[in-house]
Order: sequence, then C-alpha cells, then structure tokens
Amino acid sequence: MNEYTYPILFGVIVGTLARLLMLRTDYRQYPTYLHGKVIHLALGFIAAGLGAVAVPAIMEKEFTAITFLTIAASQFREVRNMERNTLAELDEYELVPRGKTYIEGIAIAFESRNYLVIFTSLVTTGCYLVWNIYVAAGAVLICYLIIRKFMSGSTLKEIVEITYKDIHFEGAGLYVDNIYIMNIGLPERQEEIKKYGMGFILTPKNFNVRSSIANLGQRQAILHDVSISLGVFRDSGTPALVPLIKRDLDDGRIGVFILPQDNDVERAKRVIGAVPVLENAIRMPSEAKANRKGRDQ
Amino acid sequence: MNIEKAVLSVITTNKEQIAGGAPIFICDTKEDMDKVAANLEAILDGISHALSDEMYIIVKH
Repeated sequence: MNEYTYPILFGVIVGTLARLLMLRTDYRQYPTYLHGKVIHLALGFIAAGLGAVAVPAIMEKEFTAITFLTIAASQFREVRNMERNTLAELDEYELVPRGKTYIEGIAIAFESRNYLVIFTSLVTTGCYLVWNIYVAAGAVLICYLIIRKFMSGSTLKEIVEITYKDIHFEGAGLYVDNIYIMNIGLPERQEEIKKYGMGFILTPKNFNVRSSIANLGQRQAILHDVSISLGVFRDSGTPALVPLIKRDLDDGRIGVFILPQDNDVERAKRVIGAVPVLENAIRMPSEAKANRKGRDQ
Repeated sequence: MNIEKAVLSVITTNKEQIAGGAPIFICDTKEDMDKVAANLEAILDGISHALSDEMYIIVKH
C-alpha cells in the first residue's frame, strides 16, 4: 500500500463501470450474452488500468511510462479489427444482412468506447491525486455525462418524415408510391408480396439528409433493423422475397419495401424512426466551402 | 471482372421470339409457364422476372 493505491483502485473501478455502462445488449443482440460481454469487460478493465496508472507515472517523473498508452492504442485498434471480422463473418448467414457500413459503425464504437474508458480513469485518478476523493467523484459525474453524450447518436425520425404508402403492381413491376422497386414475374409471388409487403416513403427534411439516406449502407441498416424487430417473410431459396429500398432520383425520397411478419403500421413506423443514423453515412454538402460561398453572394 | 448477375434460363410460350445461350423452356399455356417458372425459381435460387406476358427469365442476383 502506498499513496497511489486508492486513487488507482478508484480509477480502475470507475473505468470498468464506465465500460459496463457502455456495454448494452439491445435488440441487436450484440455483443452476445455472456461470452461476448466478458471479452469487452476484460478489455475495459485493461483500458481502465492503463488510464489509471498514467497519472502516478507522471508524478513519479516516469515519463516513458506514457509510451504504454501507444501500446494501448494499437491494442484497441485490434479490437476494432476483431469486431469487424466477426460481424462480417456472421453477416453472410443473416437473412437480411447488416451491411458493411453498419458493421464498421459498430466496430468504431467498440474502439472508441475503450478510449473513453481510458479518459475516464485518467481524469478521475488525476483528480483524486491532485485534489481529493470528492473532486474525483465530481469528475466521475462529468465523465458520465460526456459518455452519455457520445453514446446517443441521432435516429432516422429526426431527419426524415415517415409515411405509410401501400404497395402496388403495374404489370410485373412492384411500386411503393411512385418509386419502382423490382420486377416480380410469378403471379404466385405477387400475391404473397401483396399479402405481407408494406411500403414506406421516407422524405428527407433537408438537403444534407438526401445524401445521407441515399447511402446504400444506411439503407441496408434500415432493412436489417426492421427485419430484426418485426420479423421477415423470407427464407433461403426464395430470393424474390427480399426487402429493398430504392430512391426517387427526382427529389431524393426513398421508398422502403419490407416484408414483416408483424404487419402493424404504427410499430413499423416507430422501428424505422428508431434506426440509428450511421456515422459513416452522414454527409454535409451544405458545409462545403463552395456551397457556402454561393450562399453569401 | 466478376459477373454479378446472370440469366439462368428463359421460359416462354412464344418460341419465335427467342434464341440464344441460356436454357430455354417452351410451354404451351400461361399456367404451364407459371408452374415451370416457379419450379425453376426454387431450383436455381434465382428470381423470375417477367419481360412480357409471354416470357419469363430467371436471373441470379
């Protein structure tokens, strides 16, 4: 026991708790209970340890100890690779795949959350050592708020209007509103699709959103989330029964065609509204310098 | 180059309109054609698309 024992212990515990807080298994069922969680808790513990010992190391004038943090960085980049590989492997066996953009988003979240853990432990241990445990407790609260901020991305209902539109056939062509989805030849399939299919039109609320929802990865994420939450009328060997999203080139609206097992319109709307806007799909054409100049003149 | 889509077979009731590389199935009636197309769709794991009332193609996507 020395003067650093309690601060380090405090930092490690707070850091690990922070990781636990950020590790939610929701409808995505990822990370898997129980073993997937254990992996990330263990890594979170390591991250917390690294963050916590950094401050005492500096106080002891062991400046080289900081290089440990670089090892941590490469370690957690590996976490991102691991998540990406696992999810990409699993994706091949999904009835409606997540898509690469969604997977990349999840992998990035896993990496960045470990850095948040390091940050939390570093700040709390630092506060404990420099001032006292009460200041450290205050720092924990602030870190908690920061973490909450980082965890909550925006969802689709904030950027688009969702309206229910019936699907219909013109000849063999399947349409949602006026958006062409695909060609279904067999009358038998057409009947199935009329019975189970639902159509939704997502209208972008502004110009930036147009390009974000046009992203193929974002569209696949919508289909995946809807299929997870509402079930999907599909099996291997029935490639014609596939949920699809197509875009109206004129005004950037997208037509969502889904085949849920639960045909509740309001629920489907809620599910689509709750789909996360993928970080990698967000585009901000209005922020481009060329665009801004045009507006000033 | 990877070819992602391919016409696996053609089913028709009007044999004058077609010729070529993919396996061609000629049927007598529309009902017959629907049945053959449904079977082929399941067997080939492709989608039947209607080009006209007389012709279906099975496409692997």
